[in-house]
Amino acid sequence: MNVSSVKGSMSISSSTSTWKAGDTISDQFPAGLRVLVVDDDPTCLMILEKMLIACLYKVTKCNRAETALSKLRENKNGYDIVLSDVHMPDMDGFKLLEHIGLEMDLPVIMMSADDGKQVVMKGVTHGACDYLIKPVRIEALKNIWQHVVRKRKNEWKEFEQSGSVEEGDRQPKQSDDADYSSSANEGNWKGSKKRKDEEEETDERDDTSTLKKPRVVWSVELHQQFVAAVNQLGIDKAVPKKILELMNVPGLTRENVASHLQKYRLYLRRLSGVSQHQSNLSTIISAQDPTFGSLSSLSGLDLQTLAATGQLPAQSLARLQAAGLGRATAKSGIPITLVDQRNIFSFENPKLRFGEGQQQHMTNKQQVNLLHGIPTTMEPKQLVSLRHAAQSIGNMNMQVPPHGAQNSQNNPLLMQMGQQQQQSRGQILVDSTINHAPRLSSSMGQPILSNGIATNVSSRNGIPENIRAPGYSQTPSMLNFPVNHASELPGNSFALGSTPGVSILTSKGAFQEDVNSEIKGSGGLMPSYDVFNDLNQHKPQSWELQNVGMAFDTSQHSNSLQGNLDLTQSALGQQGFSSGQMNGHNRSAAVANKAMFSTGDVKELGSAQNVNQHLNNLLVDNTIRIKSERVCDTSPANIFPDHFGQDDLMSALLKQQESVASSENEFDFDGYSMNNIPV
Amino acid sequence: MESKHVHEQIAAMRQSFFNEEVLNKNFSQLEQLEGKDNPNFVEEVFTMYLRDSIAFLETIEEAMKTIPIDSIKVDSILHQLKGSSASVGANKVLKEVNKTRQVLGKGNLERTKASILELRKEYDSFKAKLEPYFQLKQANSMAQEK
Repeated sequence: MNVSSVKGSMSISSSTSTWKAGDTISDQFPAGLRVLVVDDDPTCLMILEKMLIACLYKVTKCNRAETALSKLRENKNGYDIVLSDVHMPDMDGFKLLEHIGLEMDLPVIMMSADDGKQVVMKGVTHGACDYLIKPVRIEALKNIWQHVVRKRKNEWKEFEQSGSVEEGDRQPKQSDDADYSSSANEGNWKGSKKRKDEEEETDERDDTSTLKKPRVVWSVELHQQFVAAVNQLGIDKAVPKKILELMNVPGLTRENVASHLQKYRLYLRRLSGVSQHQSNLSTIISAQDPTFGSLSSLSGLDLQTLAATGQLPAQSLARLQAAGLGRATAKSGIPITLVDQRNIFSFENPKLRFGEGQQQHMTNKQQVNLLHGIPTTMEPKQLVSLRHAAQSIGNMNMQVPPHGAQNSQNNPLLMQMGQQQQQSRGQILVDSTINHAPRLSSSMGQPILSNGIATNVSSRNGIPENIRAPGYSQTPSMLNFPVNHASELPGNSFALGSTPGVSILTSKGAFQEDVNSEIKGSGGLMPSYDVFNDLNQHKPQSWELQNVGMAFDTSQHSNSLQGNLDLTQSALGQQGFSSGQMNGHNRSAAVANKAMFSTGDVKELGSAQNVNQHLNNLLVDNTIRIKSERVCDTSPANIFPDHFGQDDLMSALLKQQESVASSENEFDFDGYSMNNIPV
Repeated sequence: MESKHVHEQIAAMRQSFFNEEVLNKNFSQLEQLEGKDNPNFVEEVFTMYLRDSIAFLETIEEAMKTIPIDSIKVDSILHQLKGSSASVGANKVLKEVNKTRQVLGKGNLERTKASILELRKEYDSFKAKLEPYFQLKQANSMAQEK
């Protein structure tokens, strides 16, 4: 394509050129931007459509979230950006946000008549690119293309970073941007075929730009090979070069593997973080199973969390924390196990602190509160792990984006997350906790967990910058990541089982293990964490947290959801607690958060009243606990399908996500875990 | 001449809406979206809005009669109404919606009911003002086409 060459100077050019739809539009960018707008109110829908057309965009409108999702699924590359209302009858906008982040990794902008801080925060934490207040002005719509560009750019950058070492390995088949647009949509392993085609296309188009690198489509098979190789090497020793050798895939470059590894690690981290929450509560001991398997218990939760992608993080965190609180006392024993298990824990503790700090940073107070409020016996580690999870999730998103194609399995999750969380992953996590907390009490099932990930809100918290750098925070995807993997993991193996810290996910799948081990062993994690940290503005802290989270995960091998949930909860609780200890202000923050939750959620949920009460009574723990328990019940069923094929995983994930919607419990729990991660 | 007169009349009506704050700037935004290929855009939007909001209001009124009152549902509908009213620029209606939500949020059912009555009144008044405006516009444009 000439377009790409013409625009070679601009990173976006490749993206524009990659708009599969038409190469010709790139010159007119942003005209022709393919927008999908979802709003149940016909009046608003009509007005929005009109405005978007006036901006010269190509508009598709839906009045139901389900319709929108199916449209997106049918035509993964058919849209560049999604505009969705928050308040919809059939599905919560944040849930949709999660789905999209998980499956398609498209930038999503949330809209609402509500301009309450909590809701906006929720958007941020769930990974939304932006948040518009109704009535939406046309000026606001004129700029939405920036999110598309940014996302692509970030993806590309990530790709660049990971593959920069060996540029010559393979001529970039496609610029990241191009990949981004195309692969992002596919965002998952399934799309590998398509990707390959796209890649070839882009090859022709972007063969010269050094910046542009061909995007490798990480098909399910390829990813499995990758995971097998990583497992074989051991997470600690899994270096791209060796992995590449083991995989023995012609045409695959070290760069490709490196970036994919990065994403994978983030994913694992995220899983471990989430699972930590859950597993902390239940079975820290199983920490040995690095695999995402730990998700088994968590998976239900994670999935949900992931599903929520934007929503879960905050919610899960909150929930987890709440759960943690509730269970803290019950599971005092768990922390110990965790500690024993993981070396990481040792440094998790310090991280916890950081995590807390970060949390505060992120949500400023809300996060802290959560942790704080949770009088868990869980050590700070748990808290850290939570953070970790949160962070990892965030990181994962970031790192993943460029390789949306690569991690088909993970990508959907990651992508989603990343997309949405460009801005502040941490926030998402935090938000989710906060937001979710109240929700938890009121409606277990609020699948809407509006993943705070709707972090699309542009850098409200200031973290966005950081997040963006790595490549748009995709918290949602991150969250999802584990989930997907969870199901897949089992298949993969627990090779790493013994890796401490890795196992948190309790054997969810090789992936988990790999992830865990990777996380633990490899310093590579650091980078990802760093990215995340930046977001949180507590670099060192976040990193630590991440590690902690990881450690946590491993320890949580909890094989049963229950266990995980419990663990998480307790972990959360503890973390919260420990955090509190660490940071005096956490406590107040926690309290504040609770209050905030109650108020914020009240409005949102409607059952806010209940929530408020819960919160006010500090019954969050209880509610969360209940929720988590409920989640456990449900999630396992959903989460652990016996088949962990990628496709199955995906569908399971999707199902879970959907079920999340239906089963509040699950959702809550997940959200909780996510939330717990101190941001 | 006639059309000019009608034109002025229409303009005057429109201006009065702004003066009285029945409409706000969002309405102007909508007008800007109107163009040659969709000359009746604003009217279409308003027709849709009026139709949907009456349905909302009726649902709310029904919900207020049930015992116990499903305040979550009511709030959810109010939220929707808020969004659409804001989008079309129905200023006073929007204000009433916000007020009602606030009162509902506080849990004061009696005041909520009263507020809903006010909201309904505001809506009816809004409809009564806008409909003739659009009719006049429609008639005018048709006349002009001739």
